[in-house]
Amino acid sequence: MLGSDAILRSLEAEGVDVVFGIPGGAILPLYDGFARGTTVRHVLARHEQGAGHMAEGYARASGKVGVALATSGPGVTNLVTPIADAWMDSTPLVCITGQVRSSLIGTDAFQETDATGITLPIVKHSWLVQDVEELPHVLKAAFHIARTGRSGPVLVDIAKDVQEAEIDFAYPHRVDLPGWKPPASVHPRQVREAARALLAASRPVLYVGGGAINGDACGELRELAETAGIPVVATLMAKGAFPESHPLCYGPPGMHGSKWANWALNKADLVVAVGARFDDRVTGKLDAFAQGAKVVHFDIDAAEIGKLRHADIPITGPLKLALSELTEAVRTLAEPDHEGPDAWRRQLDEWRDAYPYRYRREGEFLKPQAVVETLRDLAGDRDDVVWTTGVGQHQMWAMQYLVCDRPRSFITSGGLGTMGYGLPAAIGAKAARPDATVVCIDGDGCFQMTSQELATSVLEGLPIVAVIVNNGWLGMVRQWQEMFYDDRFSQTHLTHQVPDYAQLAEAYGAAGFTVDCEDELESVLEEAMACGRTAVVDARCDPAEKCFPMIPAGAAATDVLEFSEETVQT
Amino acid sequence: MTHTVSVLVENKPGALARVSNMFARRGFNIESLAVGSTERRDVSRITLTVDCPVDLLEQIEKQMHKLVNVLRVSTLEAGEAVERELALIKVKADPSRHVELMTLAGVFDARVADLGPDAIIFEVVGTPDELQSFEEVLRPHGLTELARTGRIGLARASTNSAPRPQHVLR
Repeated sequence: MLGSDAILRSLEAEGVDVVFGIPGGAILPLYDGFARGTTVRHVLARHEQGAGHMAEGYARASGKVGVALATSGPGVTNLVTPIADAWMDSTPLVCITGQVRSSLIGTDAFQETDATGITLPIVKHSWLVQDVEELPHVLKAAFHIARTGRSGPVLVDIAKDVQEAEIDFAYPHRVDLPGWKPPASVHPRQVREAARALLAASRPVLYVGGGAINGDACGELRELAETAGIPVVATLMAKGAFPESHPLCYGPPGMHGSKWANWALNKADLVVAVGARFDDRVTGKLDAFAQGAKVVHFDIDAAEIGKLRHADIPITGPLKLALSELTEAVRTLAEPDHEGPDAWRRQLDEWRDAYPYRYRREGEFLKPQAVVETLRDLAGDRDDVVWTTGVGQHQMWAMQYLVCDRPRSFITSGGLGTMGYGLPAAIGAKAARPDATVVCIDGDGCFQMTSQELATSVLEGLPIVAVIVNNGWLGMVRQWQEMFYDDRFSQTHLTHQVPDYAQLAEAYGAAGFTVDCEDELESVLEEAMACGRTAVVDARCDPAEKCFPMIPAGAAATDVLEFSEETVQT
Repeated sequence: MTHTVSVLVENKPGALARVSNMFARRGFNIESLAVGSTERRDVSRITLTVDCPVDLLEQIEKQMHKLVNVLRVSTLEAGEAVERELALIKVKADPSRHVELMTLAGVFDARVADLGPDAIIFEVVGTPDELQSFEEVLRPHGLTELARTGRIGLARASTNSAPRPQHVLR
C-alpha cells in the first residue's frame, strides 16, 4: 500500500477515532488517503493553532492521545504554540506534519521549514521520516512515547515522497526504544518513609498537580486523603483531580489561589507533592515557600524532583501505584489509636470561613465573578460538564468559583498560559465526549485569538457554549498596569463593542447572545446552554474589576493582597 | 567544580543536537564536548565537561536521561577514570630554534606532526592538565594556532572489575 494509507492504518491500529488538521502541499498524499477511506474522522480546523489546541482539548477530556495534522512550513510553525502548550502541561499529543520531498530537504524549497529543529526544545521526541519502511515503527513509537512516562507531545515529520511510496504494511506489536524506559515501580522503602512522615506530621498537606490526572491516580489520591485525613490543595492543572466539594479539599494555591490554600502550604510541617512541579505561579518566592515543611515528592519524572525544591523523601514512579502503596503503608504503620491532623484541619476550616473569595456585587456593571458563579449554579449537580478556559482574569475566576468534582472536567492552559486555547480546546473536548456539556469560559482578548474556529464548531455541528467574560480590556495585563505600573494603561484597551461578538457568532452561523446586566444573566446563559448549537454569549462586564486575592510575582504567601487592597497578614 | 559526563547515545540523526540543545535551553554551560564512535556501531559516546555545583549536575543527568536517544549517562569521578585529550599546536619558529622546541616537546611526550621552514605542528596526548602545561610552555615561543579535541574518558579498568576477595588483600 501507499505510505499515506500506512499512516492511516497506523492511526486506526492505535484506536484513533478523530484527528484535527488542515491540508496543504506537503501533506496532500495523506489527505488523499482520507478521501480513499478510513475510520478516522477528520475535523477541519481553520488555523493549525486551532487544530493543535483541539487535539489538546481532546486529549485532556478523554485521557487519550490527541492527534493534529498540518502541512510543512507555515503549517507546522502554526502548530508550534500548541506543541509548546502540550509540553508545558504534559498533554499527550502526536503531531503529524508533511515535509517537502526528500530530494528537496535542505534546499530552502517552497514551504520548507526545519520542523524537527524548530520544535526540538518542546517535544519529548521527534522524527523526520525519509524512508517509508520506517513509518510503522516510528508511528508506533510516537504514540508510545506520547502516552507513557510523563506524557507530552511528539512530532512526526514525513517527507511527501514517503507518503507516496509503496510499502508492505504491518503494524508492529512492540516498540524498540532502548533509551526510553519510564519508571514502572516505586521504591518500597521510600514509600514506607513517606508513610512514617505522614503519620508523624501534625500539619500535613497534599499538594496535588496535573500529574495526578495524567497518571490516572485520582481514585488512589482520594483513598489516601481519606485514609490519613490529610487536607488536599490542588493546583490549577489538578482542578477536579480531587472532588472540590469534598470537605478535605482546600482549593487551589498560587498567585490567585485561596488564602487558606496558600496559608496551608505556608504553615505546613509536611508537604506531600503529587505530580506537581513547584511552579513559580504556585510557590511565589521560592525561599519563602513552605519554609518549615519537610517535602515528600512523588513524580513520574525524576527530573522534577529536586529541580526547584529539595525533596527530603523523593519517590519516582507511576503515581497510581505510588499512592496506592502509600495508602497501604499508612494503614499498616498507623497505631490503632492514631489521630489524624484534626486540629490542623480545624485551623484550615477557620481560615476558609474567615477569608472566602470576595467581590463587590454592586455598581453599574455586570461583575465577571457573577458570570462564573451563575454558570457554576446552572451546572449544579450535573456530572457531564466540561469547562475550558482561555488565559487571564477569567481563567482565575473560573479556577476560584467553579466547583469541579471530577477529573478531566476542567481544561485550561496552565504552564504556557496560551491565550486562544479555550474555544478550540472546547471543540476538541466535545469531539472526544459528544454527550458532555462543554462550556468555554473565555476572555475577550483570548476569544479574538482563535475565534475563526467558530466555523469549525458550527460546521461540525458541535453544541458548545463560549461565554466571553468581556471586560473590553486585556484584563490581567490591565490589572498589572494598574497595580504595578501606576495606572499607565498601555495598549490594553480592546473595547466592549468591537467586534460585536453576538453578530460575529451569527455571521458564522452560531447563536449569538449579549448580556450586560445581572437580571438577565441567568436566563441568557440558560438559553445559550439549551439552544442545541454552537453558541456565543457576550457578557459585558466591569472593565475595572481586578482578580483577588493576589500574591504579587516573587512575593510570599503571607504578602497576599485582597480586593480592597489592604495587605492581610497571618 | 568541573565534572566529566559520559553519555552513550543511539547513533541517530539529531542525537547530539538533542543533548546540546537541552544544555542550551536550560542554561547549563558545556566547557568541552567530544563525540565519537564506540565499540558498538549503533552507539556513539558524547563526553562533555561542565562546571557546576553537584545538585545542578544531578539535574543535568536527569534531564539527559529523559532524551529518548540517550542510553546511559555516567559521571566520571576524578581519580576513578582515565581521561585523555589530544591537541595540535602550531608554533612559529625558524630552523635555528627547532632543536630547542623539540627538546621541550620531549618532556611532554609530544610528537612533531608536521615540520615547515618557519613553523612546527606538535601533537600531544595527555590529561587535560598536561595539555594545559604544554600549551603554557609553548606560548612564549610563538604559539600561533591551537586545536584541542575536548576530553574523552572511561571509568578505570581497575574499578570496573570485581573487587578482589578479602583473603587476597590480607
